[in-house]
Amino acid sequence: MKPAHDEPLNPSGASSIGHVVTEAVDTSHGPILYLDDITVSFDGFKALNKLTLTVDEGELRCIIGPNGAGKTTMMDVITGKTRPDAGSAFFGQSIDLTRLTEAEIAHAGIGRKFQKPTVFENHTVFENLELAIKTDKRVWASLRARLGDEQLDRISETLRTIDLLEQADRAAGLLSHGQKQWLEIGMLLMQEPQLLLLDEPVAGMTDEETAKTAQLLKTLEGSCSIVVVEHDMEFIDEIASTVTVLHEGSVLAEGGMNEIKSDERVIEVYLGR
Amino acid sequence: MKSEPLSLNYRPVEQPFFTKTGWTVVAVLALVALVIVPILYVAVPQEHPLHLSAYTVTLVGKILCYCIVACAMNLIWGYTGILSLGHGLFFALGGYAFGMYLMRQIGRDGQYQSDLPDFMVFLDWKEYPWHWAGTDSFLWALMLVVLVPGLLAFVFGFFAFRSRIKGVYFSIITQALTFAFMLLFFRNETGFGGNNGFTDFKRILGFDVTSPGMRATLFALSAAALLGAVVMTRYLERSKTGRVLRAIRDSESRLMFSGYNPLWYKLFIWTLSAVMCGIAGALYVPQVGIINPSEMSPANSIEIAVWVAVGGRGTLIGPLLGASTVNGAKSFFTQSFPEYWLFFLGLLFILVTLFMPKGIVGLVNRIMKRDQ
Amino acid sequence: MRLIHCVLGFVLLLCAALPASALDAETIAPLGSNDLMTRIEAIDAIARAGDEQALTLLQALQDGEVYVTGDGQVVIYRDEALDPITLAPLDPQPDDVDSVILNNRMRGKLSTAIGALRLLSPDAAVRRASARAIEGSEDVSLLPILDKALERETEADIRRSLSHTRAILELKSEDPARRLAAVEVLADSSQRRVHELVSRLLLKLPSGEFAEPDAEVRAAATDAVKSIERRLLLLDYFARFFSGLSLGSILLLVALGLAITYGLLGVINLAHGEMLMIGAYATYVTQEVFKTHFPGAFDWYVLAAIPVAFVTAALVGMALERTVIRWLYGRPLETLLATWGISLFLIQLTRQIFGAQNVEVANPSWMSGGVEVLNVVLPYNRIAIIAFSFFVLLLMWLMLARTRLGLFIRSVTQNRTMASCVGVPTSRVDLMAFGLGSGIAGLAGVALSQIGNVGPDLGQAYIIDSFMVVVLGGVGQLAGTVYAALGLGVLSKFIEPHIGAVLTKILILVIIIAVIQKRPQGLFALKGRAVEA
Repeated sequence: MKPAHDEPLNPSGASSIGHVVTEAVDTSHGPILYLDDITVSFDGFKALNKLTLTVDEGELRCIIGPNGAGKTTMMDVITGKTRPDAGSAFFGQSIDLTRLTEAEIAHAGIGRKFQKPTVFENHTVFENLELAIKTDKRVWASLRARLGDEQLDRISETLRTIDLLEQADRAAGLLSHGQKQWLEIGMLLMQEPQLLLLDEPVAGMTDEETAKTAQLLKTLEGSCSIVVVEHDMEFIDEIASTVTVLHEGSVLAEGGMNEIKSDERVIEVYLGR
Repeated sequence: MKSEPLSLNYRPVEQPFFTKTGWTVVAVLALVALVIVPILYVAVPQEHPLHLSAYTVTLVGKILCYCIVACAMNLIWGYTGILSLGHGLFFALGGYAFGMYLMRQIGRDGQYQSDLPDFMVFLDWKEYPWHWAGTDSFLWALMLVVLVPGLLAFVFGFFAFRSRIKGVYFSIITQALTFAFMLLFFRNETGFGGNNGFTDFKRILGFDVTSPGMRATLFALSAAALLGAVVMTRYLERSKTGRVLRAIRDSESRLMFSGYNPLWYKLFIWTLSAVMCGIAGALYVPQVGIINPSEMSPANSIEIAVWVAVGGRGTLIGPLLGASTVNGAKSFFTQSFPEYWLFFLGLLFILVTLFMPKGIVGLVNRIMKRDQ
Repeated sequence: MRLIHCVLGFVLLLCAALPASALDAETIAPLGSNDLMTRIEAIDAIARAGDEQALTLLQALQDGEVYVTGDGQVVIYRDEALDPITLAPLDPQPDDVDSVILNNRMRGKLSTAIGALRLLSPDAAVRRASARAIEGSEDVSLLPILDKALERETEADIRRSLSHTRAILELKSEDPARRLAAVEVLADSSQRRVHELVSRLLLKLPSGEFAEPDAEVRAAATDAVKSIERRLLLLDYFARFFSGLSLGSILLLVALGLAITYGLLGVINLAHGEMLMIGAYATYVTQEVFKTHFPGAFDWYVLAAIPVAFVTAALVGMALERTVIRWLYGRPLETLLATWGISLFLIQLTRQIFGAQNVEVANPSWMSGGVEVLNVVLPYNRIAIIAFSFFVLLLMWLMLARTRLGLFIRSVTQNRTMASCVGVPTSRVDLMAFGLGSGIAGLAGVALSQIGNVGPDLGQAYIIDSFMVVVLGGVGQLAGTVYAALGLGVLSKFIEPHIGAVLTKILILVIIIAVIQKRPQGLFALKGRAVEA
């Protein structure tokens, strides 16, 4: 069950870097994502409280934590949807995430999958992938854009990877829940991101689909960094090298799955239920 | 996962620009509007049964202009999902911009036989205010027709879209903008003739506006502009930009996280749409012979939305169908049962949104599907 | 101390009632003269007598009831000739009488003299009115009577008014010391006219000299002008603030209903303006019913109109919710169009029923007129509306915070699905909330009927402004609506005098757009995850 072709998924083989952020992601010092002392509060409630977290290049990191631990807010901060009240967030060494818009961050190489699958429901599966493909995304470019053979091949590859080749001409809204999740992951792959943020990628999937997803993520490991937020422990067990536990807006524990499972505090707030 | 050979790569089916029938219809309509109507109106003698009256030509010309506006509204609302309640403003601004030129062309033929338009003489003004500078030039007037609505839309849109004003918020702010401009143009000091606006036009480029030749020309120009609008809409519809616009309508946040900045797409289509309205307004004013601030009333702008809704938004020909049927109905009602027009219009708003969300085009599609 | 003042005042009042120097026939006789100057002097002389009889005589003169008999005797003629002092019928009645001819100069003299005499009336209200009437007069002959009145006057406000009037007259005095004193008295005035009079002293005459020759007086006048200007400015601010508050409270009334239907239900109701109109017409109908059935209680029709308007508008709103709006929840742009259609329909319906013309809605007598605070007249109807809007706000707050329906509405606002899961009848709540929002609009209609025209287009005038209030204030919070409504009201009234109403509207729109750049969800919106969802 390995994806047939690795090359298209490999970001290093891709063309030019984004137009908005001219500098390339500088990962010369290891980590691709630094969150330092991030605080976000909503009307007095601290959704994130001095959160500090780093993710290395090529790492597959799982984030767990009870509801309200700040997992989604953390993703919001990384992708520019929410501005932190304090603290800094860097992508690589030099890209300050707190200063960029959502689109600029996406262009810099961070892809995000939402908790609830969000695809363009009225577009066909093919068009969804076409919109996501890494290219010049400005208005003038889009007005004249034609897909080249190479790009069409890449879309076909991804369609195969996410097993939606047969559905390519169907409206995305007609897909099943699991298929939508896959399509969304497929769209992220088209963006050739260096960092993938996946918010509950296997929620609502059958066991078989879950296993497939785990497979897919494992093949991506090494080519890009992945941060997964999940509740499904089996799934995490299957894919994770490092697990971070969030609680009340800050890191409670970090380490291998076995380490985490035996951590007293974690058991108390999360696993012990 | 499947591992078929590469030769089975997916290739999308290209949609033609227009189908064969589509091209035929476009060609026939273009022939009718650009050749046959002008001939029937100008060259066929009045007694002849095939002669078209000036009334008919003006009415249809007017509706053609409305169709352009409906096309513009469709771009922003139908495809992009942004409901503008300010399109009447851009239409009127285009009309006023060209109206200034028309006023200058009156020359000394006004009631007071002054170089200044009558309303300025009446206000005891001695010279043209600054914003009238250069309006005696036909070319500058044409540029204003594009620039004024375009710039206003660009600046307003930039600030509105930048701050992520969306949905009904945006609609209401455009309505407030339109309302504010209407009040501004009602004032005499603004220099656009106050209540009465501009009227009593005499000439364009020295030719009499009311002459059959000029009427036929304006009619043909309106038809050509509408044709241009339709072709452009179709181009956009098929382009990636069109798909991005529809993506804005359906899920703007997904689009942002895919690396698109919706601001520029919205601004592009919004400004384009405003410019189209401006051009329609400029073609409309010499045909109906008057422009005044009531064109900017919020009611007019919202009526444009109902044309598009009636026809079917997000479709190519829906807006044209809608604009023609609603305006056809309007001229019927205002002549025969003026007091029932508002009832009809009000019910139309309600019934279309409740029962025909996809408009006439959607209804026809549904019936055709059932027959198959 | 207070008591002593009161007693003293009473004694003085008694003195005032007694004639000071009795009016006698000798003083009156010159009225019958043929010479104009003599007659004018006679008026002055009679006025100086300063008693009740003098006032009666002068009033009779003003009313054209004073005649001269053939032998030069002055009489008051009311059906028969009366003695001008005692008002006893003359016996024998004179044979022929001629009216005393008044010219404009005499009339002017008369009205000041009557005003002055009333200054001595025992009734404080009469004195107050009279002091007001002669304020700013330039008739120097008033001085003696003013002195007399000032001697007796005990009411502080009347004293102030009298001493100002006196000081204005003293400005013309030959004696620089008296002019100086006058200017100093006038320094605490807050009247535009006084400002003008005092600053006139500082003018340079064409001859190059100052209108006021004395340098010391000029210096005092400069100070006085400054102090009056300061006070005028404050008063001006006060007046603007009041009219801003008045406008704001109307916006608040209109926007409160919107805050419910839009803020809580997410329904943008362009027919909201027509709910106002329905409320106003309900007031009109109530008024007509009172006119024909309970003319005695006419003054209280407005109170009866309040529940009538609320219920009518609420019922219409609920009917609309059931028939149209319910089917469009979650489709805000379509709701906008459909409700606009409803609005057109209702406007035309109203035209068919009540006619396209405005209808007459009268203020009850207790709402007409106004109270003067610091030289600014605050109309009662405006005050009533400000009070009313805060009353409605309070009721609404109580309703949302304390009742079961309020709890339901808040729960549906926060999480519709969850609310429905825990058994909140969401559909019923929508209906009630929409009824409530419309009902409040109906109440706003009652208020509007008291200050403006009632016609089919009534709602259109307010709807855009009140939407701006909701946009600025942010959704889902009453406080935001209140601040935004009052803020916009006061702000417009402060900008308006400088650039006019139309440009103010445009400027306000620009300000709102600028504010939204910083706070896209409105000034007072809740921050958090829920907002985007």
